Amino acid sequence: MSSESENAYFIPHDAKWPIVGSIGLTLLLGGFANQLNGSTSATNVMIVGFLILVYMMFGWFGEVIDESESGTYGHGEDASFRMGMIWFIFSEVMFFAAFFGALYYIRIFSVPWLAGDGSGASTNEFLWSNFEAIWPTNGPGDIGGEYKKMGAWGLPAINTLLLLTSGVTCTWAHWGLVANKRKQLIIGLALTVTLGFIFVGLQVLEYSHGYHELNLTLGTGVYGSTFYMLTGFHGFHVTVGAIMLTVMLFRSIKGHFTPENHFAFEAAAWYWHFVDVVWLGLFIFVYWL
Amino acid sequence: MTTVTESHDDHHDHGPAKGLMRWVTTTNHKDIGTLYLLFSLVMFMVGGAMAMIIRLELFQPGLQFIDPGFFNQLTTVHALVMIFGAVMPAFVGLANWMLPIMIGGPDMALPRMNNWSFWILPFAFAMLLGTFFMDGGAPAGGWTIYPPLVLQGGNGFPFMIFAIHMMGISSVMGAINVIVTILNMRAPGMTLMKMPLFVWTWFITAYLLIAVMPVLAGAVTMLLTDKFFDTTFFNAAGGGDPVLFQHIFWFFGHPEVYILILPAFGIVSQIIPTFARKPLFGYSSMVYATSSIAFLSFIVWAHHMFTVGMPLQGELFFMYATMLIAVPTGVKVFNWISTMWKGSMTFETPMLFSIGFVIMFTIGGFSGLMLAIAPADFQYHDTYFVVAHFHYVLVTGAIYAIMASVYYWIPKWTGNMYNEKMGQWHFWISTVSVNVLFFPQHFLGLAGMPRRIPDYAVQFAEFNMWSSIGGFVFGLSQVFFCYIVYKTIKGGEKATDEVWEGAEGLEWTLPSPPPYHSFTTAPEIK
Amino acid sequence: MNKLKQLFAGGAVLTFMSGVAHAEYGLNMPVGVTETSRQVYDLHMLILWVCVAIGVVVFGAMVYSMIYHRKSRGAVAAQFHESMTAELVWTVIPFVILVVMAIPATTVLIDMHDTSEADMTVKVTGYQWKWGYEYIGEDVAFFSSLDAKSNEARQVGSDIDPATVENYLLDVDHPLVLPVGKKVRILLTAADVIHAWWVPDFGWKKDAIPGFINEAWVRVDEPGVYRGQCAELCGRDHGFMPIVVVVKSVEDYEAWLAEQKGAAASAKLAAIEDLDPRELKQKGKKVYRANCVACHQKKGEGIPGVFPAITGSAIATGDINSHINMVMNGKIGTAMAGFKDQLSDVELAAVITYQRNSLGNKVGDAVQPAQIAALR
Ligand code: HEA
Ligand code: HEA
Ligand code: HEC
Ligand code: CUA
Ligand SMILES: [Cu+2]
Repeated sequence: MSSESENAYFIPHDAKWPIVGSIGLTLLLGGFANQLNGSTSATNVMIVGFLILVYMMFGWFGEVIDESESGTYGHGEDASFRMGMIWFIFSEVMFFAAFFGALYYIRIFSVPWLAGDGSGASTNEFLWSNFEAIWPTNGPGDIGGEYKKMGAWGLPAINTLLLLTSGVTCTWAHWGLVANKRKQLIIGLALTVTLGFIFVGLQVLEYSHGYHELNLTLGTGVYGSTFYMLTGFHGFHVTVGAIMLTVMLFRSIKGHFTPENHFAFEAAAWYWHFVDVVWLGLFIFVYWL
Repeated sequence: MTTVTESHDDHHDHGPAKGLMRWVTTTNHKDIGTLYLLFSLVMFMVGGAMAMIIRLELFQPGLQFIDPGFFNQLTTVHALVMIFGAVMPAFVGLANWMLPIMIGGPDMALPRMNNWSFWILPFAFAMLLGTFFMDGGAPAGGWTIYPPLVLQGGNGFPFMIFAIHMMGISSVMGAINVIVTILNMRAPGMTLMKMPLFVWTWFITAYLLIAVMPVLAGAVTMLLTDKFFDTTFFNAAGGGDPVLFQHIFWFFGHPEVYILILPAFGIVSQIIPTFARKPLFGYSSMVYATSSIAFLSFIVWAHHMFTVGMPLQGELFFMYATMLIAVPTGVKVFNWISTMWKGSMTFETPMLFSIGFVIMFTIGGFSGLMLAIAPADFQYHDTYFVVAHFHYVLVTGAIYAIMASVYYWIPKWTGNMYNEKMGQWHFWISTVSVNVLFFPQHFLGLAGMPRRIPDYAVQFAEFNMWSSIGGFVFGLSQVFFCYIVYKTIKGGEKATDEVWEGAEGLEWTLPSPPPYHSFTTAPEIK
Repeated sequence: MNKLKQLFAGGAVLTFMSGVAHAEYGLNMPVGVTETSRQVYDLHMLILWVCVAIGVVVFGAMVYSMIYHRKSRGAVAAQFHESMTAELVWTVIPFVILVVMAIPATTVLIDMHDTSEADMTVKVTGYQWKWGYEYIGEDVAFFSSLDAKSNEARQVGSDIDPATVENYLLDVDHPLVLPVGKKVRILLTAADVIHAWWVPDFGWKKDAIPGFINEAWVRVDEPGVYRGQCAELCGRDHGFMPIVVVVKSVEDYEAWLAEQKGAAASAKLAAIEDLDPRELKQKGKKVYRANCVACHQKKGEGIPGVFPAITGSAIATGDINSHINMVMNGKIGTAMAGFKDQLSDVELAAVITYQRNSLGNKVGDAVQPAQIAALR
């Protein structure tokens, strides 16, 4: 870039990654759909699609990182990225809202109605006469059979602590970055990432406990459905967030970021806090109450 | 604020790349806008062709041509293609073309992502339309994809779900880009309350999109797991409720219908002042009205579900809230009329389509208000009265505004004037035929014809025949529209920079067509 | 410009016409035969006229402006563009109009929700694609599907002119029978997917949702035959599950009910006889045509991907017990409903025998009604 365009808004050219991403996404989802329809060879298509997507991310983010490190971006670009990330996180909030909304509706309306509350008197009398509204429930059809509830004060409580702590270490790392204390940044990030992955590990443990010992599965009526869908999507987001932070860790080690210019780090940190907050919601509404 | 794009003395590659790859890898807002607009036109034809088969089968009683199952597939995909493939991409295309220019910015804020927003769409629609060739055919549960019915689908089912996911990703990225562009790319001096109304309405639309598309994604994900992974969200035996899906769907669905109309409001608010040669009446109240509509749109969703058996309080609440929407919408209508009042009007094609919009959208709004009255909706619901309502707001609303915008801006885009005579013909043929097409459907609905049926009792024969005839003429006139667009792209009388005598706004200060990079230096804002 | 005026005039005339009650031409909502339906009709007319009135004002102003404020007439554009007063006026007036509309709407709605103090209760169940009616406490229950004549005429390429079929698509084999002047509570549910029960003359429709029961009520003032249709998309034959309600005087209704009870009792008492396989097959064909073709198709070929073929089906040509089980109990989570409650022992035996020995299958065995009865 010539000196004259110092404060010009950077418009990249020849974006080749999006089309790669589209092809990857299509193969991944198309393959998945075929697999759900019972095709056995579709798994390979999925894998190819997934690999293409990974390739795309490396390529795309790599390009952006190069541009960022070579000083292509000014305040304008930075502001765009920030706003973009915030609105993206807002969209994620709404995605989770759909599932929280479902949980809310099921607990406040559908289960009590099935048990004869409110406008459900005839429903209960004629269709499900022995059903009582107790949460958790696998419904009047006893779908999935005998199961046990997932307690709140074992692993989930530990996980809450882990995530909250990781939020603190993440912020601490950020302070380090702003104060140009690289060591604090790297240690803080490393701690955060470690806590994140331990969280995911414990979550896997919990699932295996649920499936093997509690007979609590995705198919355990609405309790199983809401439990696994909410915690599952959350766990997936934690994984993504942890991977993002891992990338930030490696970039920090390589000497990227300055106290003024570290949008990527902040984006990952925001995301991490968002995942944190969602967990609190989960802990309260899925495990505890 | 940074508003100057790359300067031209730096010998970097500025112009478009050559050949096909130009379109695949472009990051230019105008190129991407063009892609969106052309894509949308193709989808309009595809969805319209399906509507033609629907109208053909409904031409007279008895099943003449197609199997009832296939009819349901057509209805479902017609709606999905029209909404997600025709109207939404058309608006995004217009946003891409016009927003950066209208706010005096160099381009969209996130140009690479902009490219991806578009280039997901052809893949998503290939997936959706591909379901027609699968075992069990395309999804046939209506565009509202209610369980348990939709769960009975064949192999096409998961493809439809993933296609919707992809459309959602595309829309959310597109919307993020719009919001960020508006917030971050305005020329110095372009304060929020100086922005043209099209920018404002898109701003609010983008907010709606980001708020509700993920909810749709969540809803269809639950459908997917209910079908393939044993969950029971929508199954009473497991403690769920089929109606839960409807709540989630319409929490998305109702704001969605305003997503389909707010940009149209914006377009009309640009065009009417131009041809009335008079500033828009009540600019700030227009902004507030739009915001109120957006706010209200989140709390009215269950008016689509009056008959599912909600508790009385619920029905009353949703009835009142829905009725309230008539107030801010009325404000908009009255402001448009006041803009025309004591103007110095001429009636070129864009103005004709805008006036057509105001009148016929209002008719659609009136029937909407009737539907909002819960006890009356017990009669109207799921009849052709509803079909008439939403085609008035969608076809003579959204589509008409899009047509108006194309005539209004195509001289700017291509540098060529369209043929005015042909444009007028297009308007009049369309307007007469679209009323023949959809007005009798009110009567059909009131007289008791349910929607989504491939065959009907003989007392409905006459109006259906009229409706079909109107449909065919309207369809042909849209083919004519394609021809007009094609001719204008190919050539025609050269357009001036200002194009329209009464036009105001930054887009008219640029040459027609504008240079590849619109504002290389930020324009002066008065 | 003339054209626009004409168009507007045309639109106004059409709207006006819809206002005049031309029930016989099917232009407007029927007034109906219940107190509720009349209230709903009045409400409908009220809002319609309000909308027409607003329309006249709004479009009138527009047309006036289009005629007099055009450039070709030398109009010069004024430059006013704001008025707080005007904005307030056209916010407040519509609001007031809405309140005026909301009051009667609320009254009617509250009334419709009140299912208390009913004289009798009927449970209505939607199936793909027929209705099941059950008179609660009376031990009378039956199914109601599209009448055979309409069914024949509505097949693709049947070459039967629908106009020659009486009540085309609006007739059933067993109508619901109700007494006049009694408040009937109606309980709605469904066995498979969502349906909606709608008789326009009663003034409402309500969804029938699997796993839940919705309540509504009706008190019909005049004896007669009232027709309606399923009003929620429920799959392939959604357009072909009409509703017919025959409303009789209380005495006639009682007589009818007694007759039904007698018939039900004698069917139960009838000795279960073994039937000749050939006879079973013949009967089975009828049952198949009436209950199964919609999905499994005339020749048993099914619809690939959604409805399996019977021809060569592993179940229909394999172990007879799993075949019986499939037809009696269906398969949860699929469109295949259990027919245990819908068909008699003889019908079940017949249709299973038919499927095994026809439609391209040649298993050679037969099921007897007694076997089915034993499995109940
Ligand atoms: C662009 C899309 C769009 C728009 C803008 C609207 C606008 C409105 N819609 Fe519509 N609607 C749809 C698209 C749209 N709708 C679709 C697609 C469906 C069917 C979905 C499906 O089931 O498949 C539907 C269905 C639908 C229903 C459900 C019907 C049913 O299934 O039973 C209802 C019920 O309340 C409704 C109401 C309204 C109302 C009150 C408005 C209001 O916003 C209208 C407001 C406008 C005016 C009222 C006119 C102008 C105002 C004045 C001149 C002021 C003075 C007026 C008065 C005081 C009366 N709509
Ligand atoms: C923006 C959205 C949009 C648009 C633009 C349209 C446009 C049209 N729609 Fe659609 N429609 C919906 C949204 C839309 N619709 C929705 C949401 C539903 C509900 C679905 C559901 O129930 O789930 C629906 C349902 C619906 C039905 C009811 C089906 C049923 O309930 O069974 C009918 C029936 O007449 C219909 C007709 C038409 C017609 C004739 C047009 C015309 O305006 C189309 C005109 C365009 C063309 C015709 C294309 C150009 C011509 C060609 C490609 C060449 C071929 C031409 C000839 C052979 C003459 N639509
Ligand atoms: C509403 C649609 C529908 C109707 C009506 C219907 N079926 Fe089915 N039927 C199905 C579906 C769907 C399946 C597949 C179930 C599954 O997934 O295994 C099926 C499966 C079957 C099978 C097993 C076929 C196989 O190879 O899997 C038999 C036998 C059968 N039905 C018999 C009948 C009979 C007898 C009737 C009428 C009395 C009937 N069906 C009516 C939808 C229907
Ligand atoms: Cu049953 Cu539609
Ligand atoms: Cu709505």
